[in-house]
Amino acid sequence: MSVKHALLALLEPEPMYGYQLRSAFEERTAELWPLNIGQVYTTLSRLERDGLVEGGETNAEGQQLYRLTAAGKDELAEWFGSAVPRTQPPREELAIKIALAVGSSGLDVTAVIQKQRSATMTALQSYTRAKRATTDLAHGLVLDALVFDAEAEIRWLDHCEARLRQAQRDGAR
Amino acid sequence: MSTNPVLQLDRVTRVHGTGELAVHALREVSFEAHPGELIAVMGPSGSGKSTLLTIAGGLDEPNAGRVLVEGADLVAAGQSGRAKLRRTSIGYVFQDFNLIPALTAAENVSLPLELDGTPARAARAAAVAALEEVGVADLADRFPDEMSGGQQQRVAIARAVVGERRLILADEPTGALDSVTGEEILRLLRARCDAGAAGVLVTHEPRHAGWADRVVYLRDGLVVDESGAALAAGEGVNA
Ligand SMILES: Nc1ncnc2c1ncn2[C@@H]1O[C@H](COP(=O)(O)OP(=O)(O)OP(=O)(O)O)[C@@H](O)[C@H]1O
Ligand SMILES: [Mg+2]
Repeated sequence: MSVKHALLALLEPEPMYGYQLRSAFEERTAELWPLNIGQVYTTLSRLERDGLVEGGETNAEGQQLYRLTAAGKDELAEWFGSAVPRTQPPREELAIKIALAVGSSGLDVTAVIQKQRSATMTALQSYTRAKRATTDLAHGLVLDALVFDAEAEIRWLDHCEARLRQAQRDGAR
Repeated sequence: MSTNPVLQLDRVTRVHGTGELAVHALREVSFEAHPGELIAVMGPSGSGKSTLLTIAGGLDEPNAGRVLVEGADLVAAGQSGRAKLRRTSIGYVFQDFNLIPALTAAENVSLPLELDGTPARAARAAAVAALEEVGVADLADRFPDEMSGGQQQRVAIARAVVGERRLILADEPTGALDSVTGEEILRLLRARCDAGAAGVLVTHEPRHAGWADRVVYLRDGLVVDESGAALAAGEGVNA
């Protein structure tokens, strides 16, 4: 899971303090991924070093406000524009990514979903081709496990898109 | 690809109704299915999948655009030309099977062949062979209301693949089937395509779309994306 990109996504709508980022992350991702505050600050300092965020004014408690830079915006757009690789555990990365996408302003979430759907479908097609090529039952069943797993992901993406459409319709009323 | 497409849709538009009530079921949809290719069409309910298939099968006409089956323009072919193509070149599996209740399984399957002039005995033999392929040869003399949903579905598939159909159009052909039987149907469609037919499969099941060379995504009557195109083109017809 990319903590780096999650922080960039959370900073996209408005600047935040480190402790705010932590609670915003846990809130947005249904506490799927507990994040410790030390992780937030080490990641922020690396992001600052790389010019993706910049530290601003300090409050009474000595905490610094962080905001996204133009380079940070580009990095975030690239992350949303690419599919999560299927080999990378844990699979919750995708759920968290979509959750963050839904909260981002001006982002075409449907396009993020379609990008992932197409990548996962391409993987599913290649598992199926491998299945056609094998006559070994055990090998076939292992490939089936991959097929059903990819299918579950695509179904969930379909569900996300339908829910999003519904929310947009309700919002437009 | 060097082969001529079996099916060619060129900016096909279909509008149901007029004025305020008009529904744009398809908006300038273009795509081709070549010999050897199986194409899956996916999209939410109401996105235009069945409309696309009925137009490709000559069962409905577009308001604009052209549909060619093996180079023949379906609109220009007229009522009788389309009927002839449906008897000989196009196999169609309907979303709700559409078996004729007064005919047995074997009669349902052999009907298009007999209408096209195949002698009864040869038509029956071909029908039984097709029923065998989908695993229900023992039900040849049963009527649709004496079969389960899944069995009727297999008979409907046998009817679509009987004879040497060049274009197989299937609308949710695995709906009432368990996972293993569903996969057998996909293997069968795939084998027909590998033997040179072109197939278009409408499905809600990603697992079944995985058997296709290309997956076309429809949203509100528009093709919004495609998966696996480069691969299919790279592997060619005999992959
Ligand atoms: N005869 C008709 N008259 C009016 N509207 C129609 C007619 N047939 C289809 N439609 C409309 O056209 C649109 C596309 O319908 P279509 O049956 O092609 O959808 P589909 O993608 O096959 O959906 P499903 O997954 O539910 O089968 C829908 O909005 C539908 O209501
Ligand atoms: Mg339909």
